[in-house]
Parts: sequence; C-alpha cells; structure tokens
Amino acid sequence: MATTTTALKGAGPVTGSRSFFAKLRDGDEIARLVTLLFATTVVLITAALVWELWINSALPRQKFGFHFFVTSVWDPVMDQYGALPFIYGTMVTSAVALIIAVPLGIGAAIFLAELAPPRVSDTLQFLIDLLAAVPSVIYGLLGVFIIVPVMRTVIYPALNKPFGYLPIFKGPSYGVGFLTAGMVLAIMVIPYIISVSREVLLSVPRDQREAALALGSTRWESTWKVVVPFAKTGIMGSIFLALARALGETMAVTMVIGNTPKIAASLFAPGYSIAAVIANEFTEATGDLYLQSLIALGLVLFLLTFILNGLARLLIVLTTQKGSEVGG
Amino acid sequence: MSNGRLRWRKFVSNFMLAMTGVCAFVSVLVLFFILGYLVFNGGTSINWDFFTKLPKPVGEAGGGMANAIVGSGKILLLASLMGVPIGFLGGIYLAEFSGKGMASVVRYAADLLNGVPSIVIGIFAYSLVVLPFKHFSAYAGAFALGMMMIPITLRSTEEFLKSVPRMLREGAMALGASKWKTIATVIVPAAYRGIMTAILLALARVAGETAPLLFTAFGNRFESHGWSQPTATLPVMIYTYAVSPYDDWHRQAWAAGLVLLGLVLIINILARTILSRGIAVPRS
Amino acid sequence: MKRFAGLAIGVLALCAIVLADNALLINGAGATFPYPIYSKWFDVYHTKNPNFQFNYQSVGSGAGIKQVTEGTVDFGATDGPMNDEQLKAFQDKHNGTGILHFPTVLGADVPTYNIPGVTSALNFTPEALAGIFLGKVTKWNDPAIAGPNKGVSLPAEDIIVVHRSDGSGTTYIWTDYLSKVSDEWKTKVGKGTSINWPTGIGGKGNEGVTGSVKNTPNTIGYVELIYAVQNNIPYGTVKNSAGNFVKADLASVTAAAAGAAKEMPDDFRVSITNPPGKTAYPISSFTWLLIPQKFQDAGKRDAVKNFLMWMLADGQSSVEALSYAKLPKEVVEKEKKAINNIQ
Repeated sequence: MATTTTALKGAGPVTGSRSFFAKLRDGDEIARLVTLLFATTVVLITAALVWELWINSALPRQKFGFHFFVTSVWDPVMDQYGALPFIYGTMVTSAVALIIAVPLGIGAAIFLAELAPPRVSDTLQFLIDLLAAVPSVIYGLLGVFIIVPVMRTVIYPALNKPFGYLPIFKGPSYGVGFLTAGMVLAIMVIPYIISVSREVLLSVPRDQREAALALGSTRWESTWKVVVPFAKTGIMGSIFLALARALGETMAVTMVIGNTPKIAASLFAPGYSIAAVIANEFTEATGDLYLQSLIALGLVLFLLTFILNGLARLLIVLTTQKGSEVGG
Repeated sequence: MSNGRLRWRKFVSNFMLAMTGVCAFVSVLVLFFILGYLVFNGGTSINWDFFTKLPKPVGEAGGGMANAIVGSGKILLLASLMGVPIGFLGGIYLAEFSGKGMASVVRYAADLLNGVPSIVIGIFAYSLVVLPFKHFSAYAGAFALGMMMIPITLRSTEEFLKSVPRMLREGAMALGASKWKTIATVIVPAAYRGIMTAILLALARVAGETAPLLFTAFGNRFESHGWSQPTATLPVMIYTYAVSPYDDWHRQAWAAGLVLLGLVLIINILARTILSRGIAVPRS
Repeated sequence: MKRFAGLAIGVLALCAIVLADNALLINGAGATFPYPIYSKWFDVYHTKNPNFQFNYQSVGSGAGIKQVTEGTVDFGATDGPMNDEQLKAFQDKHNGTGILHFPTVLGADVPTYNIPGVTSALNFTPEALAGIFLGKVTKWNDPAIAGPNKGVSLPAEDIIVVHRSDGSGTTYIWTDYLSKVSDEWKTKVGKGTSINWPTGIGGKGNEGVTGSVKNTPNTIGYVELIYAVQNNIPYGTVKNSAGNFVKADLASVTAAAAGAAKEMPDDFRVSITNPPGKTAYPISSFTWLLIPQKFQDAGKRDAVKNFLMWMLADGQSSVEALSYAKLPKEVVEKEKKAINNIQ
C-alpha cells in the first residue's frame, strides 16, 4: 500500500510524525478540519439546547420537585404550577389520534403493500407523502372552520344523545375539546403510519405469504395471520413514530383544544396540551417561576418525544433486519 | 371443511381486503379534500392586492399580505444559508473523514435535534438570540428554522455520499486527485440529486412551521427592513387571522393557506421528481 | 451548485440594500383591548409621518408587560396597570430607571353572548356575572339571569363560558370588577392578567374570545366593547353600584371616569371599576401605554414623545368612531406634563 500512496500528489510520506503545519498545507487536512468543525457545531447546538432547557427549568425543580408532575393546579396568580393537566391533555389527544389513525393507517398500508399493483402503490404512497408535508397551521385552519362545527352539529349529538351517561361522552358541546384535537391529530399522523407500515410489510419475505396460501388460507387470512404478525414490531415502530409526532404538535392542537388547564373525563371537554400552553403563555410569563415552569414542560415534552423516537427506530430496524434474516 | 365455511372465509377475505382499499382511498381523499377546500375558499381571495398590499387596520376590509410573503421568503432564505452548510459539510465529514466514535456522536446529536418539538426550538432560539440582542428579528426566526433543517440535510448528505459507487472514488484517486478534490469534483456531484432533494424537503418542512416563529420573528405590521427587525411571516399570519372574529381576515387566511400549501407541495413534488430521475440511489 | 450560491448571495445583498430604508421602526406589543384604535392611530400617524413606523403587535397585556421589561420591544401596552412587583422587576433589569404609564383611551369590558333566538341586550346583575364565571350558575334559564330579564325566553341550555387563554388586561379589568362585587370571587380566584379560571374555554386575545362567542351557541364571554360592535354580537347591560342597568357606551364610560379624572395619581395607575355614579358603566377602564423612562436611542425617544403629543391632541378625535371614550381633559393636561419625564 505504501507504494500506491506515494504516487498520489501532495500526499507526502505516510509515516505519522509530520508537523501540524505540514499537514495543513495538505489540502485534505484542511478539508477534514473544516468539515469536522461543522460536524462539531451540530453536536454543540444540540448540547446547548439540552443544557439551556435544563438550566432554565431549575426553579420549579427546586420548588416543587416531583410534585410538579402530579399537581393539577396551574395558577399564575398564586404562583402554583403543576404539569398534570398538560400531560393529561397531551396523552388523551394522542390516544384519540392513535385510536382513529392506527386501524385506518394499517388498513391502508395492507392495501398498498399486498393488494395494489406496484405502480398504483407507488403513486398512492407519493400522494400520502404529500399529505405528511401539509403544514400544521393549515390543519389548524381546517380544524377551526370545518371540524369544530361538524363536531358541534353532527358528532356531538350522535354520541351524546345515546351515550351521554358514559363519563367520556358527558357534558356540553363546546365544539373544541379533546376529541376535536384528537381527530385533527389523527389526520396528521396517518401518513406516518401508512408509509412506515407499508415499507415494513413489503420487507416481509414472500415465502411467508406463499406458505400460508399453500396451506389453504384465504388472501386475507394469510395477510392478517401471517404477514402482519411477522411485521408486528415494525408496525409498532410506526405507531411510536406517529405518537412522537402527535405529542409535539403545536399549532393545530392549540387552535382546537379549548385552552383550559383542567383534567376532565369527557372527550367533549376542553383541555390543554404541553405544546399549546407553551405557545400561548411563553411570551407573557412574567416572573421567573412561571417562565421556568413552562420551560420545564418543554423539557418533559422533549424527553417524551426523544424516548419514543428512539424506540420507534429500534423497532423498525429490528423488523426489517428480521425480514432479511429469515430469508426472502 | 364444509363448503359453507369456506364460502364464509372467502367472503370475509374479500370484505376485509375491500375495507383496506377503503382505508387507502379515504386517506388519499383527505389530501384532495384539503386542497379542494383551500382552493374553494381561498382561490377567490388570491388577487393582486393579496400579494402587494400591506395589512389594513383592524376591522377594515381589504389589504393584503405582501409583508408576510416577503418576510417568509427572507427568513427561509437565511435559514437555508444557516442550516444547509452545517448539515452539508457535517455530512461530508461523516461520510468521508470521520472515525466510528465521532460519527456515532454526531449522528446521535442530529437525531436528537430532529426529534425536538418545534415549540421547544422556539424556546431555545428565544433564549439564545432574542433575549441577548433584545429584539425580535428575522435572523432569530431564521436561526430557529435553520436548526430544524440541519438534521435532515446532514443525514441525507451522509447517506447519498456513502452510496456513490467505489469505482468513482478509486478512479479519481488513481488519477492522482487528493481526497478533498475527489470529494469536491467527483463524489458530491455524483450525489448531487439526492442531496438537493434532501435540502428541498427540509425547506418544505420548515416553510410551514409556525411555532418557532412566534417567539423569534414575532410579527410586523409593515415591511421589515434588513434582518434585525420583527418580521411578519405567512404561517403566523394565517394563525392570527384564523382565530380572529373578522370575516375579511378569515378570507385572507384561506388565501394565505392556499399559497403556503401550494408552495410546500410544489417543493415536495419537485424534490421527489428530481430524486426519481437521478441515478439509482437508495431511498433514505 | 456554485451558481446557486452566487444567486443566493446576490438576492440577499439585494434584499438588504433595496429594503433598507430610512424609516425608523419602533416596536411595541401588548393589549388587545385597544388594538383597533392603536392600529388605526399608528396607520394614520405613519401616513402623516412616513419616517416613523410604529409596529404594534396585539399579543395581550401580559406579553406586553413581559416583553417591554425584557427590552425586546420599545414600548408596551396594558389595561391592567403594572403592580409594584412588576415595576421593580423593570427597574432591576434597566439599571434603576423606571417605566411610565400613559393612559390613551377609555374603554369597557362588556358581557357578550350567543344565545340562539336572543338578540336583545340582557340585563346582568353582579351576582349573576360572578355566579356564571364561578361556574355556579350553569344554565341560561337560571333565576339569577332570568329574574332581571322578564319577557325574554331563555333556553334551558348549559352556559359555556369563554375567557382569555393569554395574559390579558381585559381579564384584569373583568376580574378586578368581580373581586369588588363578589367576596367569593375575591377569595377563591382573585384578580390578575392570568388567573385560574373555575370554568370555561380559553380564546387567544379579544379576537379569539369574540370569535369563539360568535361561532359557538350558548356562550358568554367578556370583550372590549368595539369587538362586540364590529362583529355584530349582542352584549348585555350591567347593574352599577347605584342600582341601574347600564349599557356600555361613550356617555356611561366617560361618567365612570369622572371621579378618577379629578383625583388621578401621578403615576396614572388607577382602577375605575364599579364606581359611584348613576349613569356610570361599572366595568370601564383606562388603558395605558408603557413607556420606559429612559431611551437609549434619541431618535426613538423623540418619535415616541411626538406620537404621545399627537395622540393626546389629534389622536383623541378618532377614538369615538371606534366606540372608545376620550380621555378626560384633566388627564390629558396631566399627561402632557408627564411626557417631559421621558429622557
């Protein structure tokens, strides 16, 4: 190898002990240092972000400690802050979103992966990717002008009149609320479930399907009882990914959730999410404890999405690996 | 197995498969519904005034969003100039120069940054850029959006560079080119399409972001001059107008929504078409 | 690639040059309560003085106080005067120099509602309002509301309360009034720009509350008068301390300020809710611009002082068209003198 390298222009002898400046004259070293600088910048920015979040949320940690997460009072006048209503709101709206989006999304993914001819599948996937690109504020716009009235005039009467005795369907109809926010979120996360599940299903080896069909199962049975379970982990991953997106959604939620920091059992009740309260109250939080409590909420959100994203990626990788291992 | 049972299973199979078709159909239908609704409500309001006039005082009809359109354009341009070089050059480092340890750290940091909710990025940009300089500004907004562009650009650059065939690399080296020359003149151009795609997709993603701009660019009734003044942007205007009670503002919000969505979709379609026409590189 | 970079830099430079202008930009943020008149004023002032652009963002009194304290905007605006703690916080952040309150107009918080079939102005007693906002009066046909409104058929529907989700001077005025007329409100909730609401949904800004009330049946909210007027939604009368049901208008709001005008404190921080007076509207208030005492930039300082002088003279002539009441003469004179305190 030594002979080939000396043939290269400007490479110099390969033995390690060259002076720093000699290395510098070599264009490669400059290129390496420059790109290293930029790569380090990425790390520094991320570290700075986490650092700022941690440092600037110190007050509520000191004052409330663990109680911050289980108190449901949010009272700027009394300077009492608890994260529970926002954690609750974030969880409920995300749960509603998943309940709606997962069956629809997996169904669509099955269609795209198993049934549709490749050209159709690719075209539809393209269109669904475009759906994922629609900005959040536009979903908010549609939520305010379409879904809120529909909720008030169609969905609420349909659910409240027959089932109003159930705690989740009780109460008056505001138009805005947990269910409305959940519905808007569902539309926003379906593309993620579809595109990842479709890829995961496509990576299931043909043998699996063919073996099931050879044993006499119908098309549906082979899909539902063999292929989907095989891709189960990856599909879980897509759900986690969708959940991570739903948790961080700000604008669409804040426009339709009702902005009320209260915990309520009814899906028709107004509520609040972590992202929405930060968007509404950050620029006006006078008083350090108030501001830092909001930042503490931001830190909580960040940690949640971080964990979910990591898990999602792990699950997806595991499934696609499994597909190639078992042998296609 | 009786014939009846088989018929039932076949029926279930056809029914369920048809249902999955319905799911797919409904999902795609939503996209067209959104587009259609925006065109229907906003289409008539897109006129010359919308693009050239400034907003009118509250309650008065008329006016446009000229300042918001220019403001968004400025901020996106500056965000790209901030975020793309960092992502691009960082990606080159990962693909060409780095050892395993450093590479994992950088990739991990980029993934972390990618997962940060946009509102939290807004908080960060506010503490870092708005407070110390004591004003809301276009560059604060650009900083927030630029940071969001970094991870996509970085990962995509790395992947597309890595996927350039070894032959090209070795050919260049055999001809005597140094490493950086190889990268600049052979490898990057070969991966050009993929990287362009990634940059365009990153741009489309941040073009629609509202939350980070709330505490950084803030808002401006007038055209903002230079880079250090509060700036009106299209997404924030849509939000402000949509939650207001004025019908004229609602009309303008629809128009702005159509313009924004149109912009985002065009960039997306453009990016994906570039990618599919280029040399066969694996989809990330 | 190179061409793209060149193009980008060219466009950037072009932007910076072409759009760089001689107009001085002065940024302010705060109350949504006076936003209609402020946006009108700044528009007119800019036409008369093209070299000055006053950019006012209607984000709520809370944000106005916060951002002017942080120094990210040049002036603030609020309908809930800064309390001593907030004043001190400002001084701490600005090397001991203070911040001044300048009243600009008089306005009123009105109870606005959307009850299908009811277009007339309902009469509200203080007890009814406190009860509704405490969540104790829950149906529209409750005796507390129906009592003073004989002849109006009120439905047996749940009342949906709409309040502010952001830090609001309008909230301050409303809760200040409720604290004065209801001991229960005073002890349970209190007054402030951001409070812990017992019930209801939140809207952002006066704009958001008006929008919610306008679009949702069976709601009640509190907004500045002009928002109800401009959007054609009904608003009710309120029983004042003399026992009369008074509707908010120029005369009743001016009457509410009559007492305060004569005894205006030097720092202009005063509350005129629930005043004495037969014709006074009980939920009226001044609204203030928050001007730092010391400006770093002489150009901005002079622009602000000029604007204030203009506002107290010519500006006052356009307020009534937007349903705000003019400042009492005594207050105007006192303010003119106070402008000299801005350095």
